[in-house]
Amino acid sequence: MEKAIILAACAIGAGLSMIAGIGPGIGEGFAVGKACEAIARQPESRGTVTSTMLMGCAVAETTGIYGFVVAILLLFVIPSMFLAML
Amino acid sequence: MNIEVTGARILFNFCGVNITEIQVISWTIIFIVFVLCRWLCRGLKVKPEAKRQIMAEYIVTSVQNLVGSTMSKAFEFFSPFIFALMVLSSLSSLSSLLTFKPPTSDLNTLLGWSILVFLMIIYYKIKSMGFGGYLKSYTEPIAVLTPFNILSDLAVPVSMAFRHFGNVVSGVVISSLVYGALASLSTCVLGSLPGILSQIPIFQLGLPAVLSIYFDLFSSLLQAFIFCMLTMVYIKMAANVEQ
Repeated sequence: MEKAIILAACAIGAGLSMIAGIGPGIGEGFAVGKACEAIARQPESRGTVTSTMLMGCAVAETTGIYGFVVAILLLFVIPSMFLAML
Repeated sequence: MNIEVTGARILFNFCGVNITEIQVISWTIIFIVFVLCRWLCRGLKVKPEAKRQIMAEYIVTSVQNLVGSTMSKAFEFFSPFIFALMVLSSLSSLSSLLTFKPPTSDLNTLLGWSILVFLMIIYYKIKSMGFGGYLKSYTEPIAVLTPFNILSDLAVPVSMAFRHFGNVVSGVVISSLVYGALASLSTCVLGSLPGILSQIPIFQLGLPAVLSIYFDLFSSLLQAFIFCMLTMVYIKMAANVEQ
């Protein structure tokens, strides 16, 4: 019974922590949209705009990655730790 | 069907130190890079004749241009360090194409690199502000904010390591999930056939390659580039150089 509760709680927690994926999605969408506008306005600056956008996107991704790391911990590391404690 | 996501396997024990597969792969990659460098630098001439010397000169000048434009001309001596980080990171990530466990999917590797970068940031801060100025910079703008300043400083290596780690590990996890799903799909469709016919992996052919292009090639090379860009930007900010 305790085992089932622990596994269920870990799975629910992993799902909840992946809500963090919403933020980077919206943010990167904005960034790419603005980059498209910039390229449409000045097609000759395509190279710099693209590299700056990729860089900014990767930085904006960080919070989503944190959520993902927590989800990975909850799915693959924490259950075995708690089950060993039982 | 079980999908296992584990840390690095311990291969053997050397004088009380556990040697994991990550360490073996990392040292192999370092050796490969060493051999490549020796090969590229063999028989250099003032007027390049061999193709490999032209290639080596192209690599060196492009890295120097990148470092010079991102940091400043005075920091071009950083380019070997930056390029070493870039090559190690990208080759480590690309080793997953050969079905090894990429060293960048282990947090220890990346924390090692980012702590190295963190120490360099502190060194350049102390160099530009003096030791007293460095300690005083934590109490700015007011002394109440000192814990937050320390936290935001410590967040630099952690965020650098976790960003790269998370990107590579997400690729590994999603690829293994897709492989598992495709394998069970194949057994569902062909499982009722007799003998060896039920073992044919029809669905595992081709489709994972598309994922591999994104996760192994694009994402990992981009992360290597971003790790180096962030290193340069942080050190430039710490050293307070004028463009």
